[in-house]
Amino acid sequence: MNQDDLANIAAQTKQGDSRYDHVIKVCVAAGCLSANADQVKTQLESEVKQRGLETCCKVKGVGCMGLCAAGPLVAADANEKMFQNVTPADATAILDSVVDNKPAPAAIVMDSQLDFFTQQKKIVLENSGEIDPERIEDYIAADGYEALFHVITKLKPLGVIEQITKSGLRGRGGAGFPTGLKWTTVHKAAGTQKYVICNADEGDPGAFMDRSVLESDPHRVLEGMAIAGYAVGANKGFIYCRAEYPLAVKRLRVAIRQAESSGLLGNNIGDTHFDFKIEIRLGAGAFVCGEETALIASIEGGRGTPRPRPPFPAQSGLWNAPTLINNVETFANIAPIIRRGGEWYASIGTEKSKGTKVFALAGRVNNTGLIEVPMGMTLRDIIFKLGGGIPEGRKFKAVQSGGPSGGCVPEQFLDIPVDYDSLASVGSIMGSGGMIVMDETSCMVDVAKFFMDFCMSESCGKCVPCRVGTTQMHNILERISEGRAETHDLDLLKRLTGMVKEASLCGLGQTAPNPTLTTLRYFMDEYRAHIEEGRCPAGICHPVKAEAEVGV
Amino acid sequence: MNKPGVEICTLIIENRECGGRSDQTILEVAEEYGIFIPTLCRLSGLSNIGACRMCLVEVKGSNKLMPACVTKVQEGMEVTVNSPKLAEYRKTVLELLFSERNHICSVCVTNGHCDLQALAQKLGVNHIPMPYIHPHLMVDASHPRFLADHNRCILCTRCVRVCSEVEGAHTWDLMGRGTTVKVITDLKRPWGESESCTGCGKCVQVCPTGALSEKGQAAGEMLKRRQFLPYLSMMREVGR
Repeated sequence: MNQDDLANIAAQTKQGDSRYDHVIKVCVAAGCLSANADQVKTQLESEVKQRGLETCCKVKGVGCMGLCAAGPLVAADANEKMFQNVTPADATAILDSVVDNKPAPAAIVMDSQLDFFTQQKKIVLENSGEIDPERIEDYIAADGYEALFHVITKLKPLGVIEQITKSGLRGRGGAGFPTGLKWTTVHKAAGTQKYVICNADEGDPGAFMDRSVLESDPHRVLEGMAIAGYAVGANKGFIYCRAEYPLAVKRLRVAIRQAESSGLLGNNIGDTHFDFKIEIRLGAGAFVCGEETALIASIEGGRGTPRPRPPFPAQSGLWNAPTLINNVETFANIAPIIRRGGEWYASIGTEKSKGTKVFALAGRVNNTGLIEVPMGMTLRDIIFKLGGGIPEGRKFKAVQSGGPSGGCVPEQFLDIPVDYDSLASVGSIMGSGGMIVMDETSCMVDVAKFFMDFCMSESCGKCVPCRVGTTQMHNILERISEGRAETHDLDLLKRLTGMVKEASLCGLGQTAPNPTLTTLRYFMDEYRAHIEEGRCPAGICHPVKAEAEVGV
Repeated sequence: MNKPGVEICTLIIENRECGGRSDQTILEVAEEYGIFIPTLCRLSGLSNIGACRMCLVEVKGSNKLMPACVTKVQEGMEVTVNSPKLAEYRKTVLELLFSERNHICSVCVTNGHCDLQALAQKLGVNHIPMPYIHPHLMVDASHPRFLADHNRCILCTRCVRVCSEVEGAHTWDLMGRGTTVKVITDLKRPWGESESCTGCGKCVQVCPTGALSEKGQAAGEMLKRRQFLPYLSMMREVGR
């Protein structure tokens, strides 16, 4: 395939679609599928057939539209008409509305002008909810693989890296390491064999950004990886995806096969001398395998445990070769940056955090789902504008960002801009994009205990601070929540948080104390209520001390 | 003698000017100069894994603590081995280890010859300020000559490494996550039924505690044969 073939496919696909008066898009990502979106799609298709509308009306499965809380979602006519909580029985009403312009029942009509949709800025998710993730032609029609062709035919590897550096893109896995710098290091590293790894081992509770990208637009990740391979001098890529994402894996497999048979992956891509192949590796459910050195050990076939850095994977990674390892969302940003230039990307966001970030809104918020917003939007806007606020008029208490590695941000910091540095300054982290909203019915001790339990169970057990430290901290938190703790337990807890943070081997242990540290800092009164008064202010825990004292 | 790319560098460890090769670790150079850095999972002659975190040191210009056993020396490095913070962290590591399983020395076969016990005495650990976890773990007495008491294991993986790197049998490995991690023989078969175990006993000799011992020893009788250790180093050098 060459550039002309690509343009032809794009033109043909666009022409094919323009034949239809109406394109009805049904979300077939995991969230809506679990609410029977596949049946909705089948029903719509048979209804279209029944009415003999095949020539003017097309039903198409697309990726995530974002508002998972209201799924299954259906959209038509360039998203002017949107439907929520659709059941197969609603197919008639939807067709009536789309084709005959009859009003649909209020229960299924969704306002496409909600802040949730209008306040977003989509770069990573630009094709999510628009294209059929299992058709490469759809991706190509949306300018797909154009960036790859541009890169391999017109740019030198350093020219690619220059654009990425200019864009100011930082690693979307959570730590925020400058992507351009990482690429430069791998590019400069000595070695004839280099590798590119895509970290799709998304494991934070409540986070589903990467899953959604892989399910909705898998080719975007493949294209980003191939561009990275060209830039750093690698001819082989691995996608390390957790096996708990069967749909994402299936769509990736389909995408890789399509790209290979179209000559967009494999040898001599675009009739150049650039070769790039991608393989999938499945994770067996260990959270720690999201840590880069553990992930590499796992791909190599070993036990997924981290090793001390340096040497960093950029110097010595997979099979001791220089290895570039980036997150799904980072790779998903690459093609648009190349297409539109580093400067364009750098014009979005804040001074030190450029571009957009995808967040998975979860917890006690009305519009749970997936959003992409420019860096620097305030937490308040995200939760109350896009998220639609707290259900049933309850009071906001905290938002937990960054999963088990992040912290709980209380109400007084709701107006900080969301970027890497601001979140770090209040004790949390950007993380990979999980955002769990908590209201007055959430107990912060219980939240701290939940995350510590997670870290304790997911610790690989290699280093002592993480293996035993998280267990001891969890036990203390459990004692507090059950009303069995004494005041000196708090001192021990504080001592352990500091030690585990600094002395642990890898990121899992180094960040495991964060939820506890931030709740200790901002919600000390709740800890005190549990310990001193035997009372859980949110009514979640049942400290036994209270009952015992009542008896006396 | 020097390999290509290896440079001689000078650095400061604990306010002393030291010279080392760039392929040496901070720990190796410190040992040459008689500067003590506590270690536990490390055993000279085996690969270093930086897991126990006893040898953490501060390196000027880095905001992270570095494990001395795996961090290579660099020209101009300034290393602090002893600071109040490091001392506290090392003590905490030992306290955590003592709290994790059953380490009641008085009834242990290695009482008086135990690396964990010796280190605790040296660093002044005289009580454990946290509750003991005391999981119920099995004792594997299926091997005719050796005994594996998982209650004494600190998961340093010296046995795993010596068996894989020196004996070449790789009988030992790890299973599980978090505190449920255990050393196992042959995909969790009883040690006595292991097909790969050669019965060489290297694992027993390198085990820092009473987790692996020879049968027939009463409390305090299991003397680890430390003359065995130079042999290990030699074997590794030859193997390189």
